[in-house]
Amino acid sequence: MTGLKPEYFRDTDEYFLNMGPQHPSTHGVLRLELKLDGESLKDLTVHIGYLHRSMEKMMENRTYMQIIPLTDRLDYLASMSNNLAYVMTVEKLLDVAVPERAQWIRMIIVELQRIASHLIGVGTFVQDLGAFGTPLLYCFREREKIISIFEEVCGNRLTYSYFRFGGVAKDVPENFTQMVSGFVRYMRPKIDDFERLITNNIIFLKRTKGIGVMSAELAKSYAVSGPNIRASGVQWDIRKSEPYLMYDKVDFDVPVYQGGDSWDRYMVRIDEIRQSLRILEQAVAKLPAGEVNALKANAMRYPKPAKGEAYVRTESPRGELGFFIVSDGSEKPYRVKVRAPSFSNLAVLPKLLGGLKIADIVAVCGSLDLVMGEIDR
Amino acid sequence: MDRLKLDEMKKIFSGIEYDEAAGSYIVPKRDLPNVCKYVKDTDDLSFDYLKCLTAVDYAEKVEVVYELYSFKLNLGIKIKVALMPNDLKLPSVVSFWAAADWFEREVYDMFGIVFEGHPDLKRILLDDGWKGHPLRKDYTDERIVKKPS
Repeated sequence: MTGLKPEYFRDTDEYFLNMGPQHPSTHGVLRLELKLDGESLKDLTVHIGYLHRSMEKMMENRTYMQIIPLTDRLDYLASMSNNLAYVMTVEKLLDVAVPERAQWIRMIIVELQRIASHLIGVGTFVQDLGAFGTPLLYCFREREKIISIFEEVCGNRLTYSYFRFGGVAKDVPENFTQMVSGFVRYMRPKIDDFERLITNNIIFLKRTKGIGVMSAELAKSYAVSGPNIRASGVQWDIRKSEPYLMYDKVDFDVPVYQGGDSWDRYMVRIDEIRQSLRILEQAVAKLPAGEVNALKANAMRYPKPAKGEAYVRTESPRGELGFFIVSDGSEKPYRVKVRAPSFSNLAVLPKLLGGLKIADIVAVCGSLDLVMGEIDR
Repeated sequence: MDRLKLDEMKKIFSGIEYDEAAGSYIVPKRDLPNVCKYVKDTDDLSFDYLKCLTAVDYAEKVEVVYELYSFKLNLGIKIKVALMPNDLKLPSVVSFWAAADWFEREVYDMFGIVFEGHPDLKRILLDDGWKGHPLRKDYTDERIVKKPS
C-alpha cells in the first residue's frame, strides 16, 4: 500500500450503468438504470415498454373470440391463467353459468399451470444466482410433463387458447384423470428432491436471506400481489378471499412467510406447488361427468354482451390478474384493461434495494418472478 | 354494507352518486382527494389497496376508474371520476397509494390525462417522443393500415 495516498481511497466517483434491455437475468427486455458507487447501489430507475405490443388497442379492434389468443401472449408462462381471467370477465358480462364439469376442468388446468409457472420461476431464480444448469433443467423436466398433458388436452404447448366463453373448447381426453393423478404421484417426491438440492444450500441462503426485504405495508401500498405479498406476511389469496371456479369445494392452505425477503418469496412458491398438488388430487377425484360448454357454437364464437362493464380478478401464478372490460353492445369490446400482477410487482423494485450491491439486484429481480410480456402488454 | 357507508359518505361529500348498474361511486373531481382520504383512513373502511387504475374514453367524456380493495372488509369498491375532453386534469392519488405512481403514468401515456401532484409524470410504455395518446378514440396515425372494405 506504499505510495498511495489515503485520499485515494476516500474519493470515489458515482457512475451510471445500464442493466438491460438485453440482459440474461431480467428475463425479457427490461432496462434498469443503475446509479452505482463501486459495487454499491445508490439509486435505480426502471424503464419498461420494450415489449409493448399495444395489446389493449388491438383488443378494441377484434371480436371477443379473437382476443383469446392475444391473452395467451400476455403472461406467456401462464397462458391458461390469462385465458381464464379473460373468459371469466366476458362470461360475467354475458351472464352465463358455466357447467360444473367445465369448472372442474378449468381448475385442474390452471393449477397445473400454476405448478409449471412456479417451476420456471424458482428454476430461473436459482439459475441467476449461479446454480448453473442443474436445478433449471430439473424444473424444465418436471414442467415438460405438464406441457405434455396440455398438449394432449388442447394440442398446443405454450399458447393454449383452450378456454371458451361458457366452458372449454372441447372435452378432455379419456385418460386425463390418469395423466393428472400420475403427475401428482410423480411430482410429490420431486419437489422434496428440489428442496434438498436448493432450499438450505448455504450459498443460496447467503444470497437470498435478508435480501430485498419488503414489509407488508410497502407491499400493500404498491399493490403487490400473489406469492410476493404472501412472503411479506399478508394472508391473502383471491382463491380463498373471493372463491371462483370450485376453490371453495377443495381443501388447501395459503402458505405465508413473515420475513419478506427473497428466500421467503422462493419458499412461498415451493409451498404453493405442494398445495396445488393437493388441489389436483381432490379435483381429479371429484371431476363430474356432463357438458363442457353452456353456449351453442355461434353464441360462443360471436358473443355480443349487453352494454355494461365488468372487472374480474383471479389469482394467477404471479398474483392478481384482472380484466376490466367495457362493452358497448357490439361484437367488439369498447375498452379492455389488463391489470397485470407483474406490473405492480416490478414498480416496487426500487424500494427493495436500499444498501445493496449490484449482484443483489439479480437476486431480488429473480425472486419477484417477473414476466415482461404482461408488464409491457 | 355498501349502501350504509354510502349514506354516511353522502352526508360528508354531497356530490357523490351511486351508479347501480356499474356498481360504482361517481365522485366529482374536486372531491376526489378528500374521498380517497376518507375511504383509506376511516378505520372501519381502510381501503388500503389500489387494485387497478385506468381510464375509458367515451368521446363526450373520459372516465377515470379506481378499483379499491379493503383487506379488513374483504370488499372491493369502484370509484369513477368523469372528465371533460377539453380539461383532462385530475389530482394525483400517489400520496394515498404508491401503486398509483405507475398506473397514473400509464393512463397519462395512453389517454393524456394530467395528474397534478404526481412526482414524475412521463410516458411509461411508449417512447418519450411519441405523438398523441393511443387509447383515445380519436387517435390517428398514418402508419395504421386501414382494413380493406
